[in-house]
Amino acid sequence: MRTLRAIGELGVAVGLVLLLFYAYLLWGTDSYTEGQQRALQRQLDQVFGQELGHGSGDGSAHGKTGKQPIGKIRLGHALALLRIPRLGVDYKYAIVEGVGPEELRKGPGHYPGTALPGQIGNFVISGHRTTYAAPFKKIDELRRGDEIVVDAAEARYTYRVDRKEIVDPTDLAVIDPVPRHPSRRPSKAVITMTTCHPEYSARQRLIVYGVLAKREERT
Amino acid sequence: MYGFIWRRLPGGTAARVVASLLLIGAVAALLWYVVFPWLTPLLPLDAI
Repeated sequence: MRTLRAIGELGVAVGLVLLLFYAYLLWGTDSYTEGQQRALQRQLDQVFGQELGHGSGDGSAHGKTGKQPIGKIRLGHALALLRIPRLGVDYKYAIVEGVGPEELRKGPGHYPGTALPGQIGNFVISGHRTTYAAPFKKIDELRRGDEIVVDAAEARYTYRVDRKEIVDPTDLAVIDPVPRHPSRRPSKAVITMTTCHPEYSARQRLIVYGVLAKREERT
Repeated sequence: MYGFIWRRLPGGTAARVVASLLLIGAVAALLWYVVFPWLTPLLPLDAI
């Protein structure tokens, strides 16, 4: 009788810990990402600030360090700033280089090797649909023509949403330079955003495609 | 287990209730801020 009671009480304790863990995954992981984002966005502010300083002739020493070759961003470092007006005026995430678990905990990640912001080809970014601040939670609400604004060190690129689709996780053709056409050479700058689908599941992937509409130099 | 802890707590019912809540809070905080952040990267839960 006593052992039975002890087992029962242990079961209750385990259940409560699991519930708390589930709550942690849904809400607790957000604060980790928010902390990382604050640091990454400061990083970007510095780089962008130096670029601005360089443009207005504010000391050549600053200009030299500010002109980082953007193709050499290290894994986990900030690459550009992402804004999507449809998802709110406050919607702002630093895109990190890399799509490993560690990078995606920090924010949306850029697939290394795919095009950089504004480049001809496919700029592919991936983000969490749930947990870790879930930056791509609502990208299913994007409609054709919606703006996807990417602030890079040298310019601001505005893409416009073109179409959406739902694919299998193994369908890698979505990251081709011309999505779905592996052998075709790209002539346009496009963006591809990928995330899990449906929400709270990893059974499929939701893909949102956009096309570069505008480039504004940062001077 | 719960009965054992309850009997070990000092004071009357009110004091024991307060002490129990503090204990629960301390365990939850330890899990939330220390154990879970350490545990999550070790689990295969990183489907995006």
